[in-house]
Amino acid sequence: MAEQGLHLDQVSIALNGNALLAVDQRVAPGEVFTVMGPSGSGKSTLLAFIGGFLDPVFSASGRVVLDGTELTNFAAQDRHAGILFQDPLLFPHMSVCANLAFAIPASVNGRKSRADLADTALNDVGLTGMGARDPDTLSGGEKARVALARALLSGPRMLLLDEPFSKLDAGLRQQMRELVFAKARAIHLPVVLVTHDEADAEAAGGDILRIDGT
Amino acid sequence: MLTRLGPPLAIGLLAGPIIAGLAGTILPAFGYFPALGGFTFNLVPFAAVLAEPGIWMSVAISIGTGLAAAAISLAAVMLFVAGWSGTRTFARIQHLVSPLLSVPHAAVAFGLAFLIAPSGMLTRLVSPVLTGWQQPPDVLIVHDAAGIAMTAGLIVKEIPFLLLIALAALPQTDPARTRALTASLGYGPVAGFLHGTWPPLYKQMRLAVFAVIAFSTSVVDVAQILGPTTPAPLAVRLTEWMRDPDLAMRFMASAGALLQLGLTALAILIWIGLERVSSAICHRIRASGWRFRRDGWLRSLGLACVMLAVLTVFAGLATLALWSVAGLWQYPDAMPEWLTLKNWMKTLPRIAGPLGTTVIIATLSTLIAVVLSLLSLLREDETGRRAGRGALMLLYLPLIVPQVAFLFGLQLILILAGAAASLPALVLAHLVFVMPYVFLSLSDPWRAYDRRYEAVAAGLGKQRWTVFFRVKLPMLARPVLTAAAVGFAVSVGLYLPTVLIGAGRLETITTEAVALASGGNRRVIGVYAFLQMLLPALGFLVAIFAPALIFRHRRAMRV
Repeated sequence: MAEQGLHLDQVSIALNGNALLAVDQRVAPGEVFTVMGPSGSGKSTLLAFIGGFLDPVFSASGRVVLDGTELTNFAAQDRHAGILFQDPLLFPHMSVCANLAFAIPASVNGRKSRADLADTALNDVGLTGMGARDPDTLSGGEKARVALARALLSGPRMLLLDEPFSKLDAGLRQQMRELVFAKARAIHLPVVLVTHDEADAEAAGGDILRIDGT
Repeated sequence: MLTRLGPPLAIGLLAGPIIAGLAGTILPAFGYFPALGGFTFNLVPFAAVLAEPGIWMSVAISIGTGLAAAAISLAAVMLFVAGWSGTRTFARIQHLVSPLLSVPHAAVAFGLAFLIAPSGMLTRLVSPVLTGWQQPPDVLIVHDAAGIAMTAGLIVKEIPFLLLIALAALPQTDPARTRALTASLGYGPVAGFLHGTWPPLYKQMRLAVFAVIAFSTSVVDVAQILGPTTPAPLAVRLTEWMRDPDLAMRFMASAGALLQLGLTALAILIWIGLERVSSAICHRIRASGWRFRRDGWLRSLGLACVMLAVLTVFAGLATLALWSVAGLWQYPDAMPEWLTLKNWMKTLPRIAGPLGTTVIIATLSTLIAVVLSLLSLLREDETGRRAGRGALMLLYLPLIVPQVAFLFGLQLILILAGAAASLPALVLAHLVFVMPYVFLSLSDPWRAYDRRYEAVAAGLGKQRWTVFFRVKLPMLARPVLTAAAVGFAVSVGLYLPTVLIGAGRLETITTEAVALASGGNRRVIGVYAFLQMLLPALGFLVAIFAPALIFRHRRAMRV
């Protein structure tokens, strides 16, 4: 039985020979591993490395192992990493529903069952009946919830969060944090959270890695 | 895998014809071309060129008109941007200018000719009330010996081009904050712009300015419509030699093409000298601390120049359109006696063929250029390496090497290969000129795209091509279609490549229109020139309205 969860095995990332960060960490399913650092410290490159979309200008070493499978040489689309950025990044040319349907794996057959899945996902984040809307007409909090629903619909095996709460105002931020962490716990996803907000790290409750911006 | 082919294919299709063409020009220029009976290297063709009457006059006209057109249009654009950037007037003019870029040179030149000719619209408007003229005055305005009309024709067309180049580069120079800074030091807007914003801005525009010089010193269609005839600018005479049925003339034409290459290089060298001088002068002014606070008149001058250019083009196009539907229209009436569709009915049957060729060539070359540009840009995304200075130089190569210098050789090679006047050859020749514009217009929006969208889509488990076709391409639909419209417009307006590679058997509306210039039938010219501006305009309408319609319920997809 392979070990469950995410293992960042001796990962280090450098730019032009200057080391940005080094990490060796295990993240159990449902746990949140937080990386803290000021902006410009390169902390987001860790997510890019795990997700498989690291800009070629960076060089990285180490392994990413998920549930016993090494992902390091996998293409981004084969890693099943749900990603949430600072901005919700809903595809502007699709309706809310189409954004969600785009995320549903092709293995789910039939128009009806795909539409039902999307509807259920909308219900789960408290946005019942908003499927036909233009994403740009939603409020900031609603967009963030659609983005979460979209990420979860694709059947991810881990969650990568790149300061996903920083653009929400204080009340919403608290709500959204709880929602995201609760969902991750409920479906046993290992989570890597990058942030510069101490409150995020506290709410996450897992291990914390602090990097400085030098 | 496929994207790997993008850059080498693009480079090959750009540089290949140019290099092969240059070789095909250089060899016969030195008397060597076995297929035409030249077996030894010699200087006879050059001697023949130099023995032509008035050849140095032709050279002088080409250099003079070309440099004057570049200098005046750049100065107008500089003053205008200096005095008005960031204002509402600026934004309004910007909207007026953009569509002008797509109007072919020949149509603009015809429009100008219809305005300023002795029997043109301008003298009609003031005659006979102010002038007392019942007959057109007997003066040579169009085709004047000094090339003033031709220079004017080039200026009104290059001002929109340089202005749009300047606008594209302007944001990177942070003009608003620079202006605030220079103003706080007490400099007037123009002086502050000249010292603060212009040097980095010009640096980015420099290749485009060289392209303007190269184009203006070697232009054929505008010169045939507006330029001097005794003697004509060099490029016009070369083209006549090249089209001579006597193949022996090819040697002389090729030698002349090398003379043209040298002439354009000399013009650019003179320009670089002028750059040095003016930068030294600017340095002096800067050291003197002269603030130039009262510059209202200079700002007005900049605005007036650009407005005049824009209005001239619009008035010219309107006059063309009017002539195309004019019934009896005697001098000095300002309006025709009646309007009729007879000109159109009579002309349309023989215009159908060229119109079809124009659309096919433009569509195919644009399609290939868009695909190659997309593949190259995708490859750039993959490697994370941007096309460098070398690639940029290469893109500008077809715009900086005078067209005659490599088109002559290319035509010769194609004739020998039995491929001249074939559709693929003409598409290939057009591609050389269409590709740079398509790539340049697409690359900025492409690189500005937020690539996190791709990361999100990949995180959802989507394959690369799915992400491309379902996310990136739809989101970039507007810039891609705009780039295609630009390419289409460039192809429609191309004259010399069409005349030479089409070898008189593949005609487009542009080659037909220019051929009509000497005949002087204004009604027929009006029809052709109108179609010349209509086709590119249709392209841009599609580029604007198709995405607007498809994404009408998507607020974030609006501009």
